[in-house]
Amino acid sequence: MENFHYILPEIFISVCIMLFLLVGVFKKNSASLIYNLSNISLVILLALIINLSSLDTIYLFNESYLIDNLSNYMKIILVGSGIFVMLTGSKYIQVINLNKIEYPILILSSILGMMIMISSNDLIVFYMGLELQSLALYVLASFNRDNLLSTESGLKYFVLSALSSGLLLYGCSLTYGFSESTNFDQILINSTEFNYGTTFGIVFILVGLAFKISAVPFHMWAPDVYQGSPTSVTLFFAILPKIAALSVFIKFLYTPFANMNDQWQTIIIFISIASMIFGAVAAIGQKNLKRLIAYSSISHMGYALAGLATVSNQGIQSSITYISIYLVMNLAFFSCLFMLKRDEKYYENIEDLSGLSKKHPILSFSLLIVLFSLAGIPPLAGFFAKFYVFIAVIEQSMYFLAIVGLLATVVAAFYYLRIIKIIYFDPEKEEYETSHNLGLKITLAISTIFILAYFIYPSGITEIVSKITMI
Amino acid sequence: MNFPILSSLILLPTIGALFILFTKSSSGKYQSSKYVALFISLANFLLSLYLWYVFDKNSVDFQFVENREWLSGFVNYKVGIDGISILFIILTTFITPICIISVNATITNRLKDFLIAILIMETFMIGVFCSLDLVVFYLFFEAGLIPMFLIIGIWGGERRVYSAFKFFLYTLLGSVLMLVAIIAIYWITGTTDVEKLYELGIQAKYQNLLWLAFFSSFAVKTPMWPVHTWLPDAHVEAPTVGSVLLAAILLKMAGYGFIRFSLGLFPIASENFTMLVYVLSLIAIIYTSLVALMQEDMKKLIAYSSVAHMGFVTLGIFTMTQQGIEGSIFQMISHGLVSAALFLSVGVVYERHHTRLINKYGGLVSIMPRYAIVFMVFTLGALGLPGTTGFIGEFLILMGAFEKNILVAMIASLGVILGAAYMLWLFKRVVFGEMNNPELKSMKDLKTFEIITLSALVIPILFFGFYPEPLMNSIEASVENTLNMYNFDLINNLALKD
Repeated sequence: MENFHYILPEIFISVCIMLFLLVGVFKKNSASLIYNLSNISLVILLALIINLSSLDTIYLFNESYLIDNLSNYMKIILVGSGIFVMLTGSKYIQVINLNKIEYPILILSSILGMMIMISSNDLIVFYMGLELQSLALYVLASFNRDNLLSTESGLKYFVLSALSSGLLLYGCSLTYGFSESTNFDQILINSTEFNYGTTFGIVFILVGLAFKISAVPFHMWAPDVYQGSPTSVTLFFAILPKIAALSVFIKFLYTPFANMNDQWQTIIIFISIASMIFGAVAAIGQKNLKRLIAYSSISHMGYALAGLATVSNQGIQSSITYISIYLVMNLAFFSCLFMLKRDEKYYENIEDLSGLSKKHPILSFSLLIVLFSLAGIPPLAGFFAKFYVFIAVIEQSMYFLAIVGLLATVVAAFYYLRIIKIIYFDPEKEEYETSHNLGLKITLAISTIFILAYFIYPSGITEIVSKITMI
Repeated sequence: MNFPILSSLILLPTIGALFILFTKSSSGKYQSSKYVALFISLANFLLSLYLWYVFDKNSVDFQFVENREWLSGFVNYKVGIDGISILFIILTTFITPICIISVNATITNRLKDFLIAILIMETFMIGVFCSLDLVVFYLFFEAGLIPMFLIIGIWGGERRVYSAFKFFLYTLLGSVLMLVAIIAIYWITGTTDVEKLYELGIQAKYQNLLWLAFFSSFAVKTPMWPVHTWLPDAHVEAPTVGSVLLAAILLKMAGYGFIRFSLGLFPIASENFTMLVYVLSLIAIIYTSLVALMQEDMKKLIAYSSVAHMGFVTLGIFTMTQQGIEGSIFQMISHGLVSAALFLSVGVVYERHHTRLINKYGGLVSIMPRYAIVFMVFTLGALGLPGTTGFIGEFLILMGAFEKNILVAMIASLGVILGAAYMLWLFKRVVFGEMNNPELKSMKDLKTFEIITLSALVIPILFFGFYPEPLMNSIEASVENTLNMYNFDLINNLALKD
């Protein structure tokens, strides 16, 4: 029983979810109250995780649950970005009449699922967490149920995600069948000899995970779901599941399948290159900002995976750094998106940004910084993210991957520049509202300053991340 | 030497930019922010002159070195200067105030943003010339794209969007390969510190590829034929001040990079690829001079002449002779002054008559005599008349070239004649001839601020043309050192092969 205080964060958030449900049932018009309470509970959750994070590696429940540096760091950025996602979206969901009690509760349950995924050390526990977060996400995607696009995106995500979960399960069962265990460490020990069963298992599991992280060729859902979902949910989609899926990627590749890196390395390299190129090329023609950011996130995931393909600690750390910087850039971008509001309506087409810089200099400056950072131009944070990845990639002499990746950034730069062109060079349109809620302003300010000032002290994240070693 | 003088040089313009950003001007014209910008840039100029004064010209080591831990463990923020970099820094700090003075002629909207962009640009440009670490260099080198993109795109002419995109994407494409090379160097040698790399050297088997990667970036930036096509577009569409910055300083980053990195780090590869550079430089000199002859747009003509002049620079650098390299550096400084002056001169008439087409002008000498005089000085400077800086640069480069390869030198000499042809023809058509266009009669001669900026450029062009000693003096030791290291590496490598 004394183990329980290690999973205090998970217990706390589960209790909160149930409590808020009860409050929602018995107290009328409590949506805003629950929203705020959820946010507070997330802050407490973050504090609990940080409190535990100084500990060493701890195995719980027959070694099916693992708390180590990786899981701690990932949970911290997960919950941290969860707080900001809630902060930025609070006004938005009121304006588009989505302020229902289910919304924050679904977000909390999905975060709980992701935390379980991140800490899992067993196929079954992992799958439980995965499904918990997925089920919550299906509902969230179609949360704006009167909107055709939203329902479509929810359904699409559900069907495709269910398919990928099926593949994943099949992969898990194959792996279990050939390695005689569901425990990650045990699988590693049992799978010293090469056999096709495990190879198939790896492929199916990777397919399922690639779907969750929206990497090419399993990216088809991303643009539609990004565009159709309410913007606050899109922001959630853009960040949190990616964090969880990336850490599961790291876990799978470097714990149970660590011996078989010759099997999966080529797959990861292929997925990575395909995502980088596809994300860069397909985004060029987009007119909707959310759709565009979907393609942009596909290509960003390509870079994050490039780090994983290196089979080195440096590569893993660079991927984690990449996703940390990526989430800040997305937070900043979406905060800008939330500010494009006029007469109770939000605008999300690229054309709506036309001439923004004349009336809204600060907002457009933030967008400028974010977009150049997404394009990976120094000295902004996005450059360092790519820089770390390419350091790791080139260390392993994978020059092809590095050169393709960097050339893809040039293509990607084109569409980011196009947005900047529309903001700065084009004639102005109508003015947007300038009063925004405090949370939104704070998020935008913090994230922009982070991106802009990252170069002053770039060692901060790397020093924390350098504790995470898998090999 | 505890005061971080180089970092102050780098940071001062940024601080000025932040100051302008956060101050509100009571009148809508932002006059006060212009004075702030001017004050900051002049202060930076004086600081750089002081730096030149305290700089030890006889030492071959890097001076005023600052070395701070930055990216934990593997990249340090390291800046320092030698005799070569100091001249470029002074060129930068000298051109920037001139740009800021000339701003009010051409920029009518969003003056405040423009000043911020210029000051930020100055930070990055000085950073490029100071940095002694490859990653830091790359950072400054690339970061300069952002303000320049905005300068062309926001304040440019009709086709500004196309030009801005072309400028950005060309340069970025060239540079990403350099990034790969820099990271590869880190894994090969374990450091990106330029001084350490000079000592360690890079194994011969890696040098060719690394050299090509660096070359791809510098060739675009120089620009060398055939990747020069972004330059005419960028120059034509950029506002006058933007063209000045581009021609005077941005193009010099590549020439500087060739000397500092290509020669310094990859001597064997540089030797291998000498012929490639010769051929590309000669094509640039002859071909773009011919193209320049045919131009009808003044700015485009000067842009092509820039490509030709930079062809001389690359030619001179790769002669690997004392004269050739010194000549190249001198030519870069000279071109920085002359091309800046020519673009400003074009800006003067463009602002009055709103066209850059040569055939719309003619006979300006009778109504704008002062303008005719300064424009003549610049024209002569551009074609390399003895007594101007242009002559010394070209003369030294050709001397170096004759020493190494007579054929190359002879072809390059043709470029001097062609240069004289297009510049004199331009001058003749704009300033002399008959005044056919009656609208021209209303044009006024130079205003006070134009006299200040243009004469500020006339003075160094003539002074250093007659008395190049101060400049030569400061580069001599460093060039000699670069060459010594270069030859030493080559001989060592040959010895290893035997």
